[in-house]
Amino acid sequence: MNTADQYLKTIYVVQKQEDGPASTGSIADALDVSPASANEMIGKLEERGLAEHEKYKGVQLTDDGILRARDALQTYCIIERFLANVLGVEEFRAEAHELEAVIDDTVAERLDTIIDRQPECPDCFDPETDACACLEVAMAPVESD
Amino acid sequence: MVAVSVSQRIASDDQLARLLQIGIVLEEVVEARAHHHYRGVDADLDDEIEALLADAAEESADHRERLESLIAGLGVDSVPFDEIESLVDARYGRTKPEDFDGILYDQLCNEETAYKFYDDLIEAIEASDAEFTIDRDRLLRTLRTIREEEAEGVSEVTEVMERR
Repeated sequence: MNTADQYLKTIYVVQKQEDGPASTGSIADALDVSPASANEMIGKLEERGLAEHEKYKGVQLTDDGILRARDALQTYCIIERFLANVLGVEEFRAEAHELEAVIDDTVAERLDTIIDRQPECPDCFDPETDACACLEVAMAPVESD
Repeated sequence: MVAVSVSQRIASDDQLARLLQIGIVLEEVVEARAHHHYRGVDADLDDEIEALLADAAEESADHRERLESLIAGLGVDSVPFDEIESLVDARYGRTKPEDFDGILYDQLCNEETAYKFYDDLIEAIEASDAEFTIDRDRLLRTLRTIREEEAEGVSEVTEVMERR
């Protein structure tokens, strides 16, 4: 997942959490970047027609931005589910964040053929727990380490 | 939401091992699906597709072994394959292709996905200045060879699809 998609996914989730435009500060906090870096990327997303930024209000995704953000969130959910239920990784949230930059959506689609994802995905994503609300962590991890 | 570092690169043996494990599972998916395709339509399967699927399964098994050997060098336990295999088997019925065109297309997706995965992994390792327990040259050499074989696989399937 490239950097732009990681931003879109984050803005989408922050918008849902804040129930309105996402503030640059919240976006920067969620991505652990400086507000200047966040502003720079938000500018690029605006140029590409994926987001709109209104001073003092915050960032809102356009319809195209929402579509891409939802795809990115779905890819992220697949990675979390795969780590938790196939590889039995306990720290699946932290690992999913570490690996998301390296896992492409085509790769995630293949991994999706062996996990049991709910049809409502990615609406089931819960920002509070940072995981899919329907994700049941495997009781008997297949991994031995 | 937990804070993340954007575009984080591979920074540790554990992260590298996890990505190699994902590679192994992808190879397992290719192998299992090729076997299923082979068994599922064996009565009507022609020699060309049969040979293609047999080669794909054999190549995936070989890639898996090479990835396992890299993981062994990192001192991290590998994935137990029998359990992954039964999982792939159990899920196959829901996503299986319906006909020859579907089989070839599925095979193409397998090869393309694997290529993309190794390509991204190599790029991430190249961009990382982390010191891994295993020799970096050996790691990259192995992954580049596997990537090359996946690229050949894409060409082979594409060629068969265009001709038929």
